[in-house]
Amino acid sequence: MHAMNRALHAEMAADEDVLLLGEDVGVGASGVTSGLLPRFGRERVLDTPLSEQAFTSFGTGAAMMGKKPVIEFQISTLIYLVFEQIVNQAHKFSLMTGGQVSVPVTYLVAGSGSRSGWAGQHSDSPYSLLAQAGIKTVVPGTPADAYGLFRSAIRDPDPVAVFAPSALLESTAVPDSGAEEIVPLGEANVLREGGDLTVVAVGQHVGTALEVADSLSDRVDIEIVDPRTVYPFDWDCLRKSVNKTGRLVVIDDSNRMCGLGAEIVATAAEEFDLVAPPRRVCRPDGTVIPYALALDKALVPGPEQLMQAISATLKL
Amino acid sequence: MTREHQMALYRSMKLIREFEERCLDMAIAGEIIGGIHPYIGQEAVAVGVCSQLTERDFITSTHRGHGHVLAKGADPRRLLAELLGTLEGFNKGRGGSMHAADMKLGILGANGIVGAGGAIGSGAAWVAKARGNSEVVVSFFGDGAMSQGVLLEAFNLAAIWSLPILFVCENNMYATSLKLESGLAGSAARRAEGFGMVARTVDGMDVEAVADVTGELIQRCREGKGPAFLECSTYRFFGHHSVLELLGVEFRDPDEVVRWRERDPIVALGAKLGDDVVAEIDEAVKGTIDEAVEFAKNAPSPDPKDALMYLYSGTAAVRPGVIL
Ligand SMILES: Cc1ncc(C[n+]2csc(CCOP(=O)(O)OP(=O)(O)O)c2C)c(N)n1
Ligand SMILES: [Mg+2]
Repeated sequence: MHAMNRALHAEMAADEDVLLLGEDVGVGASGVTSGLLPRFGRERVLDTPLSEQAFTSFGTGAAMMGKKPVIEFQISTLIYLVFEQIVNQAHKFSLMTGGQVSVPVTYLVAGSGSRSGWAGQHSDSPYSLLAQAGIKTVVPGTPADAYGLFRSAIRDPDPVAVFAPSALLESTAVPDSGAEEIVPLGEANVLREGGDLTVVAVGQHVGTALEVADSLSDRVDIEIVDPRTVYPFDWDCLRKSVNKTGRLVVIDDSNRMCGLGAEIVATAAEEFDLVAPPRRVCRPDGTVIPYALALDKALVPGPEQLMQAISATLKL
Repeated sequence: MTREHQMALYRSMKLIREFEERCLDMAIAGEIIGGIHPYIGQEAVAVGVCSQLTERDFITSTHRGHGHVLAKGADPRRLLAELLGTLEGFNKGRGGSMHAADMKLGILGANGIVGAGGAIGSGAAWVAKARGNSEVVVSFFGDGAMSQGVLLEAFNLAAIWSLPILFVCENNMYATSLKLESGLAGSAARRAEGFGMVARTVDGMDVEAVADVTGELIQRCREGKGPAFLECSTYRFFGHHSVLELLGVEFRDPDEVVRWRERDPIVALGAKLGDDVVAEIDEAVKGTIDEAVEFAKNAPSPDPKDALMYLYSGTAAVRPGVIL
């Protein structure tokens, strides 16, 4: 959260065309936007009414006029409300106009996935939907990537969605190192090298995967690939890894049906040199997160399932 | 209004009429693929409103957009070249009828989704206001769009932020087959007043009246007095789109269509100008459209291998549909 706040401060200071809009951004209710209104003023920090559809397209209009709006959504599921404005408007303008305009907007979802206790309508991870529609989409798994990807997203000439997992925003387990490096879009990161099996881990599951890999380290040598940008996906990086290990397990907070994990596994099956069937650890089909903590936890991917998937793939 | 001004309005309306009649024929003949939503009958609205704008002002347009785009000054040759899906079109053949727009003229897109332009226009108006050189935005939409939540949200944004935007509702009494009274509770203009906007209604078949009232409302916008709303009562002379026209589907009472056709804004202004003037302008306009047809028919087609060109302004590797 601090990392993202620092990224926004840095980018707004670096480029006066960057503006911020959303609900309660002035007081910095989400934490990501704190301190921006006092520093940059009402000309660049707009507290909007609760009109997601209009303020999303408002951002498109401002972007067509040369601004670089960052739009914050208070809930990950508000993305459903503005699917039209993002997918059918902002995203399509470049092609439909024959390249006459670009729409450099950033959609910030600071709090994607289960927040433990926020139940059905506040707990989704809708990034696969945007990736499927062709929206550039990033899901950072570390504070340094959150900082660096957020800055790249703001600078990019196309619409970019940034999903910061709630599990990471609320966690203090991974401290913000204060890194200030820009992380380019579309580049995966190999977080751990290994020769036996590749785990693709997305967002908060980067931490899950590291934990599991360490616990299995006396028996198997696991390589961890964090895509960081889920669309466009860094297939070259993954190809190299899987062609080396021959085995693939994906851990991703999407629903099983047509989720990001499905695409990764399908691509591996079509194109990579596998010696074992690839596997996914994800949410069940059509998941609705129930309130009770035990039920919530039963549906989101976790270390035990990843451990089981790895064991099954390696026939341990 | 001076005679020169009247002649300019007449010429602009006639250009749209001639363009649209030609397009309707070409669409029915299959030379224009898909369909078009002809603007025929509503010319006085686009022309009257755009006569009060400069090249530096902005508009957002709709599915029935050819009239707005031409009235804003777009080259009919390149508009037709777009409808024929060629590289000489404004959108290089990537947009077609519902998206054809010359962005250099401040046209922030013609939009295939009803009611989508108002919020985009509000964002543009916010930037225009920040620039501080009294540019304004006009957002056109139909009576059907008054039922879209996002448009009502946009009215609210424009009002609370006092944006220089004029919302123009072209009330042609139908949204496809849906009659106005079956789709709209209350009235469009009264709704706008509810947002604290100045709202006027005008006879959309009288181009001079539209120009006059637009002039007043735009002046307010330029002076920083916030958004305004103009409801123009008008009528489309043909079917909702060319495919329905081709199929002979008409939901409206034929007598009603005849009555409105008698109020043709082009004929009305032509009568004031006299036969000689009218004949001269008509001849010139016909020549312009003939030339546009010639130009568009000879324009080169895009290469299929470039089908996803312009998908991104920046970079992103896109995988093909089949990988072998
Ligand atoms: C949001 C949305 N719903 C439905 C449609 C399909 N559609 C296209 S035009 C139209 C009627 C629009 O009526 P109106 O806004 O009055 O404009 P008019 O066609 O009369 O000019 C409909 C229903 C659409 N394009 N967008
Ligand atoms: Mg209508």
